[in-house]
Amino acid sequence: MTITTPGVSPVTVTSGITLSVDGVDITVPKGTLVIRAAEQLGVEIPRFCDHPLLAPVAACRMCLVEIEGQPKPQPACAVTVAEGMKVRTQVTSELAEQAQQGVMEFLLINHPLDCPVCDKGGECPLQNQALSHGRAESRFTGVKRTFPKPINVSAQILLDRERCVSCARCTRFADEIAGDPFIDLLERGAKQQVGTSSDQPFDSYFSGNTVQICPVGALTSAKYRFRSRPFDLISTPTVCEHCASGCGLRTDVRRSTVLRRLAWDEPAVNEEWNCDKGRFAFGYAAEGRLTHPMVRDESGELVVASWPEAMSIAAAGLRRAGSRTAVLTGGRLTLEDAYSYSKFARSVLGTDDVDFRSRPSSAEEIEFLAALVAGKPVGPTYAELESAPVVVLAGLDAEDESPMVFLRLRKGARLTGVKVFTVAPFASAGVAKVNGRVLTAVPGAEAAVLDSLADEVSGARDENRLEAARLLREPGAVLLVGERLAQSPGALSAAARVAKATGAALGWVPRRAGERGALDAGAIAGLLPGGRPITSDAARREAAAVWGVDPASLPGSPGRDLGAVVAAVNADTKAIAAAAKPSDVVRSVQALLIGGVEANDLADPAAFVAALDAVPFLVSLEQRHSEVTARADVVLPVAAVAEKAGTFLDWEGRPREFAQVFREALTLSDSRVLAMLAAELDASFGRGDIASVRGELASFGSWHGDRAQAPGHAPPEAPSVGSDEVVLATWRQLLDRGLLQEGDPFLGATARAGVARISAARATLLAVATGEAVTISTATGSITLPALVTTMPDDVVWLPANSDGSNPRVTLGAGHGDIVRISGGVV
Amino acid sequence: MSEDQRRFFRGFGVPFSQMFKRVTTEQYPEDKRPTQPRYHGRHQLNRYADGLEKCIGCELCAWACPADAIYVEGADNTEVERFSPGERYGRVYQINYLRCVFCGLCIEACPTRALTMTNEYELADDTRAALIYEKHDLLGPMLTGMAAPPHAMVPGTTDTDYYLGNITHAVATQVGEAEARRLGTWTGPRDDEEVTA
Repeated sequence: MTITTPGVSPVTVTSGITLSVDGVDITVPKGTLVIRAAEQLGVEIPRFCDHPLLAPVAACRMCLVEIEGQPKPQPACAVTVAEGMKVRTQVTSELAEQAQQGVMEFLLINHPLDCPVCDKGGECPLQNQALSHGRAESRFTGVKRTFPKPINVSAQILLDRERCVSCARCTRFADEIAGDPFIDLLERGAKQQVGTSSDQPFDSYFSGNTVQICPVGALTSAKYRFRSRPFDLISTPTVCEHCASGCGLRTDVRRSTVLRRLAWDEPAVNEEWNCDKGRFAFGYAAEGRLTHPMVRDESGELVVASWPEAMSIAAAGLRRAGSRTAVLTGGRLTLEDAYSYSKFARSVLGTDDVDFRSRPSSAEEIEFLAALVAGKPVGPTYAELESAPVVVLAGLDAEDESPMVFLRLRKGARLTGVKVFTVAPFASAGVAKVNGRVLTAVPGAEAAVLDSLADEVSGARDENRLEAARLLREPGAVLLVGERLAQSPGALSAAARVAKATGAALGWVPRRAGERGALDAGAIAGLLPGGRPITSDAARREAAAVWGVDPASLPGSPGRDLGAVVAAVNADTKAIAAAAKPSDVVRSVQALLIGGVEANDLADPAAFVAALDAVPFLVSLEQRHSEVTARADVVLPVAAVAEKAGTFLDWEGRPREFAQVFREALTLSDSRVLAMLAAELDASFGRGDIASVRGELASFGSWHGDRAQAPGHAPPEAPSVGSDEVVLATWRQLLDRGLLQEGDPFLGATARAGVARISAARATLLAVATGEAVTISTATGSITLPALVTTMPDDVVWLPANSDGSNPRVTLGAGHGDIVRISGGVV
Repeated sequence: MSEDQRRFFRGFGVPFSQMFKRVTTEQYPEDKRPTQPRYHGRHQLNRYADGLEKCIGCELCAWACPADAIYVEGADNTEVERFSPGERYGRVYQINYLRCVFCGLCIEACPTRALTMTNEYELADDTRAALIYEKHDLLGPMLTGMAAPPHAMVPGTTDTDYYLGNITHAVATQVGEAEARRLGTWTGPRDDEEVTA
């Protein structure tokens, strides 16, 4: 089969083939389909089933052309070119034109006259091609076949069966691209229809793509059904804010409301696909937003204030705290906004207590990122994943945490034989779909498994490890590490050792869209923009030159990360409570400036909330009400992604710039608010508008000076696990209870049901079977979920994080790698 | 008579001859005359014989409009509230008469004959808002045999029956539902929010 990716030559190129299309000669690579050769000449052959990223199937028969020497018209989408072939399309051949008109007439026999109520009306290939390649009058006067309509193939995807032309684009997409063959063509002849199995709805993470590629209106989404017409919509190319995949999207707006988002054609990143979260989860920005600045009045209530009032109170508080302010940003900021926080902290406040990692993290991770990721050029890339001999995933479940990485791995595994290994406790659904093999690691023991790959001979005992270790040494091999590895001590050090020992390219795949950008912008303790170490005089001089400040005014030693800041606040609180004269104790953190941090994302939500309560001054830049705004002294509303322009760096490090969707938006970006705050503090900061921030970032350039060494931490001893205890493995699934998925019930209904995965031996020990309840508990609380018996180590249990009925961080106070108790039944 | 005098009286001949012709001046507004039957006046959103709306919210009228005078938002008919036969109805329907040029392309585009034009031409007003007609301004009157939506379709019929004109009047269940909803005693499916409101 030929893979024709737009802009990339097919992989089976061996020599040129010359053929003629409508009498014009053209030379194309061997294996090219006739329909593509014709496209290159500008001849558009009508088609429905043909899609450049799906295997040819010739199901709709619309693309019939005359090929000299063939007795009957041939489908151009399924015939590959041959030397000297003479193709005549509808442009020059009456036979081809008549054949196409005949096919169109057949397709329309049972197609209902739904156009006025059909969402596809106005952007419908069937509508368009019926006009351009069909007969003006139908000769069919009988009664059309009808079905009850619409039916739900999932909570989100609706199917009108009589509109279907059986092109099989959706079923081929689900089968080939997503690997979720939950929909298929059922029945035969006129009764042929797309359907699901009665016990398995079409709950695929990628189901929304089928709506987009359906060439008729047979598949529609509950979210967009009857909402609008194509001519109502103002479209803007944007980039998805939900994960670090960096998908290009098209955002469609009607009357200042986002109505839908489509995957945009971005061959180097998301090809033409995206995930359902990126497609459907945009309601969060429409409801419950903060609209005005708020300040605390004398009675302690938050009241609406004017911008100048809020600014002057915020500035006064920050001026008092000065360099004893810590700046905590979430992982969802754009590169420009993260840069502004980074600059504000260093040049205005003079503090290096900055951290963008609003999630469980470690000091080892900072060392790892500083040495190997921050400010590095783009790479490894999606294209490299597709052609790598091997991709080893560590602490990363690609399908749940970076869906486009998963789709590329699946494409590579299916078409070019990429071998995938994952360092994980078990093979998740996503691993099976990329033919992945598991290098079994109990949470916390990832470092040991990775180290065995670094050493080809002695450490690698089992067959999979031997093969992975061997393949990693081949050119083009890739090692991808996820953010979860930060929770496993020594694992990131081990990953760095493996990359160094084998020569494999090392990629860091965070979960959130803004993390890579925030890292490169220096929104983390110890690093200035571009990966410049703050301890380096040269780096501080470069930063000071761009910022127009005295280099001596910038902090010269690494500050504290989020965990250390929270610990310092709480330790001071304790000291004050214990001190005979509380006023003698001077807090080391006097103020917090927080932008977009959610307490439940952190390793210890309770400690964070306690710190928020205790800190003398708290400024919150937020879009919506949160636990932080509830405790803030000043709340400043900021723009959501659609209301500002910006850039996300995807996991590759590729800048993904996007434009403002709501050009008339009155909300201010974080950068603008920080610039106003800096002006109130009489600091030189700049205007904070998108152009000037991008200009400053560009003038930083790349860093060629010294970097920190990769961390060399040794893995700790494996903890001892009691007989009724197990090690908790947990991560967030793609669709969870994330705040950015609020406001979309149809999407939420397609999320995977929560289960507790345990091994067969553990199930026997607890006397439970798949589907029966198991309870996982700690001193803090307990979670009961139905068991799912899985091939995995006996001393591990897996729970979904932040899901309905399962949020181990909050309920159990435990995270990935912690020890929990397990028992059968409901306790 | 000199040449000048002849010219003088010839000039007065025109008004003099007019004095004996029929007067075409209309004494509007005291005396209102009917327009031609196909005169393009104010629009009307029609109903089926049982009171359900014909509009399906397809926006083809808005699409056809050369002056961008029409704004439509479609929505789903639900078990709770049904405004038209079939799946879809026009939730928002506005015509801006400051923009409308009365060309009639919209009524030609309408696939269900929901939108037609009346002979009503008295459309002057003194505010912008008053000249943007909402759906309730445009909907046709409730005639004998109709029940005010929302209410269910005639039992056992489909939207095709409505389109083919097989529905002639509201049946007892529909009248009962409309009346019960009006009095707030409706016990069938209903929108909870509406109850609290």
